[in-house]
Amino acid sequence: MHLSPDEMVFWQYGFLKLNATIVFTWAVMLVLAVGSKIITRKLSTTLVRSHWQNLLEIVVTGIEKQIEEVGLSGPHKYLGFLGTLFLFVATSALFTIIPGFEPPTGSLSTTAALALCVFVAVPFFGIEEQGLSEYLKSYIKPTFIMLPFNIISELSRTLALAVRLFGNMMSGAMIIAILLTITPFIFPIIMTVLGLLTGMVQAYIFSILAAVYIAAATQVRKPKEIKS
Amino acid sequence: MLIDWFTVIAQALNFLILVWLMKRFLYQPILHAIDEREKKIATALANADQKKAEAQKESDEFKHKNEEFDRQREVLLSKATEEVQAQRKRLLDEAQSAATALTLKRQETLKKDEANLHQSIVRRTQQEVFAIARKALTDLAESSLEERMVNVLIRRLHDTRLALTAGPMIIRTCFDLPAAQKNAIKDILGTEIEAHFETAPDLISGIELIANGQKVAWSISDYLSLLKKGVNQDGTGIGIGIES
Repeated sequence: MHLSPDEMVFWQYGFLKLNATIVFTWAVMLVLAVGSKIITRKLSTTLVRSHWQNLLEIVVTGIEKQIEEVGLSGPHKYLGFLGTLFLFVATSALFTIIPGFEPPTGSLSTTAALALCVFVAVPFFGIEEQGLSEYLKSYIKPTFIMLPFNIISELSRTLALAVRLFGNMMSGAMIIAILLTITPFIFPIIMTVLGLLTGMVQAYIFSILAAVYIAAATQVRKPKEIKS
Repeated sequence: MLIDWFTVIAQALNFLILVWLMKRFLYQPILHAIDEREKKIATALANADQKKAEAQKESDEFKHKNEEFDRQREVLLSKATEEVQAQRKRLLDEAQSAATALTLKRQETLKKDEANLHQSIVRRTQQEVFAIARKALTDLAESSLEERMVNVLIRRLHDTRLALTAGPMIIRTCFDLPAAQKNAIKDILGTEIEAHFETAPDLISGIELIANGQKVAWSISDYLSLLKKGVNQDGTGIGIGIES
């Protein structure tokens, strides 16, 4: 019994190691990339299109719509980052139905990496959108006193992101593992279904929160513009 | 320790690679395809709008032309109606005059036919009457009647005192004359004139004297011939005369 797929190490050379988290991540990446490549190989620009193309279009336009609803203008720009966050987390959760698959999002290392990416992406998009000085000024708003609280908020929400996802995914996998030892029939399936639902909700929450943070960082100036 | 920093770095890299892969293989092609389709739809809609506008224009034009055509048709129709009425009147007049002429001609023809019929009936009646008369008289004729007729001739010869020249004379009768009458005739003619007696049944009844192109006759056949001649001349009246 292990809490994280990190503990399953296949190969190690000093600091470098190849654990189950990385291997399953690669598997998810491979499926996503190859699947996308295969489906988008023969894209139709006419009104008649394949079912798979329809599915991908629904997924992509759905993500785009969600980003737009959060309040980010020009969703194309953020689609790559936020869309991939959602797809990676969702696919990881979905693949839990495959026996033997350990979701990489059940590892705190992975969720921490994702949270760190968000932590970096927020100022990146913020500075790109409104310039360095304006972005930095947003930390001392409404007053200078708020600076430490803003910084703590940045850090804590990143931590929260990482731990929330890890906790949910890990608990799901853990519950199934425990149930398998107690009641091998029916209950694990129900819990797997529940785990799927939780995984999807977590994918949604993770990407929406990231979108909200980015939106908050990029749209500070907007109220001023409206006033002027 | 739940966090393995190497894995964190590796996962962060993996995620960035996945972002690039997704951008490369998923978002860009899909968004491109959607944009292309939207463009096509927009073009199609624009074309449709244009075509609709053109169709509307053509429809208006057609409507206008139709109205114009209707108007022209009305004018032409009224003109044609007038012409037809005039033509009809003219034709009716012509037909009426032709009918009148035909009626007149027919009446004339009828009159002519009637006259012809009447004439043919008269002619036929005449022929029948003459035939009956000839038949009746032929039946009645006999030698005693002829004798009396010869007596009448002898008396006439006495009364007229014909200038008789010498030469042969032919005396024709229907029946053979008795010797007494032959002698009586011979006495009147004298000795210078040689008399030849002949019988001619076509005389019906009577006697004829023919000498040097002169002829003295008294016969029913002659009477009938004269009667027929008279009838043929005026068609209505009957003339009787003695041919000399």
